[in-house]
Amino acid sequence: MGGFDLTGLSVRPSQVWGGVRLVPLVRAEPIRTLRLHAEVYRSFGVVDVDHRTTYLSYIPHGFVATWTRDGTPAAAYGTEIAETPSSCMPLRFHRRMARRTDKNRLRFLPMHLAMEGYLALHFGGPRIVWEEWSQRAVRHGLSPRVEQAYTGAAVDGLADALRIFEIHPGQCGVLVYVADALAAAFVVPHPDDYRALHPTLIQDLYGELVYHYATFSSPVPQFRVQLDDTSITTLADLRAEATKQQLAWPDFHDSAMASGLLDATYDVRRVYRMGDYTLARFLPGFRLKQENHIGELITDRRGRTAYLKTFRLSENQIRRGHLLTQLAGHDWHLRDTAAALGVTEAQLGLRIESAGFGALLREDVLARYRASQRTPQSR
Amino acid sequence: MDRVTAEDMLMFVNAAITSSGQREFHSAAQHQRLSLDFLHEYMIGNYRDLYAAALALDINDHNATLIAYRLLATSGDTDLEQRRLEGRLIGKRLRLVAPQRVYGLFRRLRRSRVNNRRTRAIIRDWLASRPDPAFDAVKYRTTLKQAVRHAHLTPAGEELGPFLFAGRTRYDTPILESWRRAHYEHAAIYDLPYTVAEGFAAKHKIDRATFLERIAPRMTRVERLRLQESASRNDVEVAADLSAMPLTRLASYVLSLPLSVRAQRRDELTGALRAAASRTSGRWGRVVAVLDDSFSASGSGQKRRRPLAVALACHYLFEALADRYVPLWTSGRTDALMTYPFGVTPLGERILDALEHRPDRLVIVSDGWDNAPDGLAAEVLRVWRARLDPRHEVGIVHLNPEYDADTFDVKRLGHVPTVGVRDAEDVPALVEFARFTEGRTGLAELRAHFDDRIARFLEG
Repeated sequence: MGGFDLTGLSVRPSQVWGGVRLVPLVRAEPIRTLRLHAEVYRSFGVVDVDHRTTYLSYIPHGFVATWTRDGTPAAAYGTEIAETPSSCMPLRFHRRMARRTDKNRLRFLPMHLAMEGYLALHFGGPRIVWEEWSQRAVRHGLSPRVEQAYTGAAVDGLADALRIFEIHPGQCGVLVYVADALAAAFVVPHPDDYRALHPTLIQDLYGELVYHYATFSSPVPQFRVQLDDTSITTLADLRAEATKQQLAWPDFHDSAMASGLLDATYDVRRVYRMGDYTLARFLPGFRLKQENHIGELITDRRGRTAYLKTFRLSENQIRRGHLLTQLAGHDWHLRDTAAALGVTEAQLGLRIESAGFGALLREDVLARYRASQRTPQSR
Repeated sequence: MDRVTAEDMLMFVNAAITSSGQREFHSAAQHQRLSLDFLHEYMIGNYRDLYAAALALDINDHNATLIAYRLLATSGDTDLEQRRLEGRLIGKRLRLVAPQRVYGLFRRLRRSRVNNRRTRAIIRDWLASRPDPAFDAVKYRTTLKQAVRHAHLTPAGEELGPFLFAGRTRYDTPILESWRRAHYEHAAIYDLPYTVAEGFAAKHKIDRATFLERIAPRMTRVERLRLQESASRNDVEVAADLSAMPLTRLASYVLSLPLSVRAQRRDELTGALRAAASRTSGRWGRVVAVLDDSFSASGSGQKRRRPLAVALACHYLFEALADRYVPLWTSGRTDALMTYPFGVTPLGERILDALEHRPDRLVIVSDGWDNAPDGLAAEVLRVWRARLDPRHEVGIVHLNPEYDADTFDVKRLGHVPTVGVRDAEDVPALVEFARFTEGRTGLAELRAHFDDRIARFLEG
């Protein structure tokens, strides 16, 4: 459990276009020993997670991380944008989510790592065969487990906002806000990587919440600088006042706008170790009616973030995550879980059904729950 | 009410200078055109006299033809005296507009069936003023034919009528004869204008390199500039004469070259830019310019690097006009010739740097999207005017090359006078005009200015 360490990254003034606000993150000292570049797939992919589990999704691109062990700068290896002019969607087979392609090079599927972490949450199903669970739940667990997300191109206004965004010198990351709700965070090690990977934000996944906010939001206000001119008598005063005002925005941003991401604690799991760096994915605490982000990150030996990519879960996804964590926390015992949640067993059963996990419960148990919840009038 | 009229008029002038109905960095072509059409409709509905007077100002060709079209299409809405003035203004203006645009206007008039007596007279007078009718008949054959037919005219000379409408086996006018022969003889193609010859070359399947090499003497100045690169790919050299090129076009050309080429040809390009700038007269004292070379200066696919080209042209112009000149690019780079659109727009900081020089004149050339941080430039200028320079000792002008379709105006920086700019050559006149946009001058003064401009325009 823990948060993540964004030291070395500072916030710069945001740029607004319609309902989308992009907040640049600038690194004073770029990381030279780890570099990222994108491989373009733009295809449906089948990913072998392990020898029993496979995973099917639209995969627009993969990232390749290159690192060095002796502190010499690494080079971003041949970034290419290759168009596939074919009329049908190619199908690609990926072995493993993260796979070493060379001695110092790792290919991983951005966002899918995090997404798979979420999908595989308590994927095995009930560990103790309580009588309420169906045979299917016992044998196959939650399989097949499905979640939906939208590509950036479908998010209203995001494409234009990214197109007209002016990249800061030294910029290594961006926070994407839609209707002033934090939709995604993206951090890379080096400014050149950011410049190359900025367009991939449009191909990334965004949750249903972000999609709807973008569709229905009105333009968000820009935070305009306001100078207090009462004490200004010289140009130097004016400059000092202007500098002071520029510091107001990062404080406000970190405390008010990004706190949902930065102050939360996460369950971080290591996926791969590459030299001094560690590739990990993290899951949130699934707090209901609050911001919950899943994501993946690469940290250096001291825990500072070199790469970060997050995905904001929509309310339904949070509810599902919450339900599964609660069930697992009580050994999948329905009555105990219901007591912990402060509801009756029947209510919990119906809640499991409405979360899309109805197939986990035995049909007759479910029918009993339904019957007990029916009011006398409706009979 | 007068105040509103003055503001509307200034808004329209800014729009008519900058917008060309093409895609801009921040908005699509459709968006620009819709916004501009609305503005024209609004102006002609409310202030027809001022709308017509805009023809006497330095507005761009696109808007000049739009105004002419609207005035001709709604002749019935006004009295005789105003119609007469409009007629003179349109007639005069169309002579300054590029001929293909005027033919485009005639085609549009024909398509929307505008055929009043005044329209016919304007077409007649404009065609009569063309220096070489036979050349026009070859280069703009179809549109000329339509215009002649639409205005019920008899083409000048004996041969043009048959050339356009009937066809003959022999012409005495050399260019008409070449056109006739070009249908079957290769050599005759090279006596024709480039655009016409290109069609014949395709018809005869002439090798591109041979064609370019032989047609080069017949190309116009702009065609030569445009085809230089593609000709050199065919190992043909099309020499463009940079010395006679207008300043902004030259700046656009320089920005189209890769940095390595600019470095190689540094002396030649700088010389040409300086020579073009020195053609504008005036003396300005100490000048500091804040020039925007942020990413948004890259313009759009249709207006490539236009905002940056204007800034670059202004840089050389101020260098020529000023006694002492300090350029401040927003990116902090200092080599003007090697500039390219890059990064954010910290206008506020650059304006602070500029004010430290205590210039006589501060000129800001920017699209006004101040984003690092947003609104700092406007605040700095406001405080400067309110607290540090209440007597306006430093003349500040903001020149904006991009039309903002949402606000029907160019984007402003606080209360500083803001004018739209299309060509850097017009800047001295625009800076004079900028005093009206500060919001302190009344309508009477503005009308007097327009009347003066109209009188000078119709005389000169």
